[in-house]
Amino acid sequence: MTLAIDIKHRLGAFLLDARFETGGGLIALFGRSGSGKTSIISIIAGLIRPERGRIAIEDDVLVDTARDIFVPCHRRRIGYVFQEGRLFPHLTVRQNLLYGRWFAPRAKRGDDLERVVDLLGVGALLERRPGRLSGGEKQRVAIGRALLADPRLLLMDEPLASLDEERKAEILPYIERLRDRSKVPIIYVSHSIAEVTRLATTVVLLSEGKVAAVGPTSEIMHRLDLLPLTDRAEAGAVIEATVEGHDESFSLTELRSRAGLWRVPRLDAPVGARLRLRVRAQDVMLAKSAPTDLSALNVLPGVVNEIGPHDGPIVEIRLDCNGEVLIASLTRYSVARLSLAPGVAVFALVKSVAVDRRSLGGPVMPAEAEADTDAADT
Amino acid sequence: MDWMTLTPEEWTAVRLSLRVATVATLASLPFGVAIAMLLARGRFWGQSVLNGLVLMPLILPPVVTGYILLILFGRRGPIGAFLADHFGIVFSFRWTGAALACGVMGFPLMVRAIRLSIEAVDARLEQAAGTLGANPAWVFATVTLPLIVPGILAGMILCFAKAMGEFGATITFVSNIPGETQTLPSAIYTFTQVPGGDVGAFRLTLVSVAIAMLALLASEVMARFANRRLDIE
Repeated sequence: MTLAIDIKHRLGAFLLDARFETGGGLIALFGRSGSGKTSIISIIAGLIRPERGRIAIEDDVLVDTARDIFVPCHRRRIGYVFQEGRLFPHLTVRQNLLYGRWFAPRAKRGDDLERVVDLLGVGALLERRPGRLSGGEKQRVAIGRALLADPRLLLMDEPLASLDEERKAEILPYIERLRDRSKVPIIYVSHSIAEVTRLATTVVLLSEGKVAAVGPTSEIMHRLDLLPLTDRAEAGAVIEATVEGHDESFSLTELRSRAGLWRVPRLDAPVGARLRLRVRAQDVMLAKSAPTDLSALNVLPGVVNEIGPHDGPIVEIRLDCNGEVLIASLTRYSVARLSLAPGVAVFALVKSVAVDRRSLGGPVMPAEAEADTDAADT
Repeated sequence: MDWMTLTPEEWTAVRLSLRVATVATLASLPFGVAIAMLLARGRFWGQSVLNGLVLMPLILPPVVTGYILLILFGRRGPIGAFLADHFGIVFSFRWTGAALACGVMGFPLMVRAIRLSIEAVDARLEQAAGTLGANPAWVFATVTLPLIVPGILAGMILCFAKAMGEFGATITFVSNIPGETQTLPSAIYTFTQVPGGDVGAFRLTLVSVAIAMLALLASEVMARFANRRLDIE
């Protein structure tokens, strides 16, 4: 699937002027609040009519103001998971889930109820009414309801924003499964780096109504020049790793990545599982020689690759650790003291407890793997 | 003679009133829902004019409303003549005219109740239904309508109660003909105008009170049932 968007829309003093093209997988619309993320997906869904522009999925034009085309929301077959669920209070969970099927073209009905119920773990809720569900349960039902309407594209507007950390952790695996198992591309709005790192295949970075950058998640996260637009305090590296083993006596898990061996607090993942982890720049220390007698368990050799713009007291430094990227944020004073410059060999030190657990998730599977998983399921 | 027993003439008035009020309520219901929907969700030129027109019978003296109906729907009135010639529907001095007068007088109350309940429905739910493939008509039928059932019931009860008690517009428009247009209030009024009519007036008053109480109870029960169905915490 290709989604092509080119829109201009004025909302009060705010001008939305966004243009991008994306393929399948999970595409994160990422940016600070007020950057126009929700407006863009409302326009894609057909809830807002843009002043000017064009939106097309493959060859199917949904909006083209130049040719006076505007396909109404209910004929677009674009699923929408809202921030607050928006379940129908007068219908049971089952009726909510099946609502869209009344209107989906009979021949094209994709996922069946059991499959979606199983995917989202809502089997025990079917006869209940939304008023009695928890926030996390509501959101899972809302995702299922959107899926069962057989959408060709699924929009998710910060579906976890109204939930606490525990509920978020409960839903994230379902979204990962959705991304890896169903063939429906997802556009996911978020302002949380942890969520985006964990879920996204592609990131569309927005800033003040304009597209600042589009690219694979790690590429966007590793660009030092984009840090002011993402969230400098949350800057960090995305690392793909495999579970190598568990050290039960100390409750640690060993992960292997190109950069080297990582020891992190015990994870509930089988040996051989592939994971994505995020190491925040503020948790990385640099040393010019290999330190000894140190509590930090992760010592990774690397080479300084780029030194970010330095206007304030803090500077971000990108390292190349055997092909893997790490980002460290240091004071400008430390950079000068260690005379760090591109090409200088260093050791990165990361405390095991610092690895961002919120962002630990399964890796994004390549497209070929999808078919295998589907076959294994049935 | 048992003073509590209604005479045949009094029974006629009670039955006629019930029929007039029922027909007035049911006939105005579709228009009531449509207008309430227009006022609550529509955005068009002349919305406030429409709102004013709907509310007018509430503010005008009932006699004036009755007289306007007489001018418009009377035998020689523009609408009355048209309906009589083309559809054979005659309002003047018929019970149908009483129903029309009662319906017009109850209409603002009905529209107001339904409109308030539509405004209380979260429009974002209607949007969600749209993204699931429902066109506006289906959104109304499957989301809005089920959610405003309590408001519709409240509006119907209010309209019915108003219709049961309507006097001024009815008597002005269709007079006070026993067995045709003499509703409960008209009958009570007539009793108070003749010597020895007090007992009859008192009996009919009791009947009025009983019907009003029943209507109120019914609306309470229905509202509770509707709320339970929505599972509102």
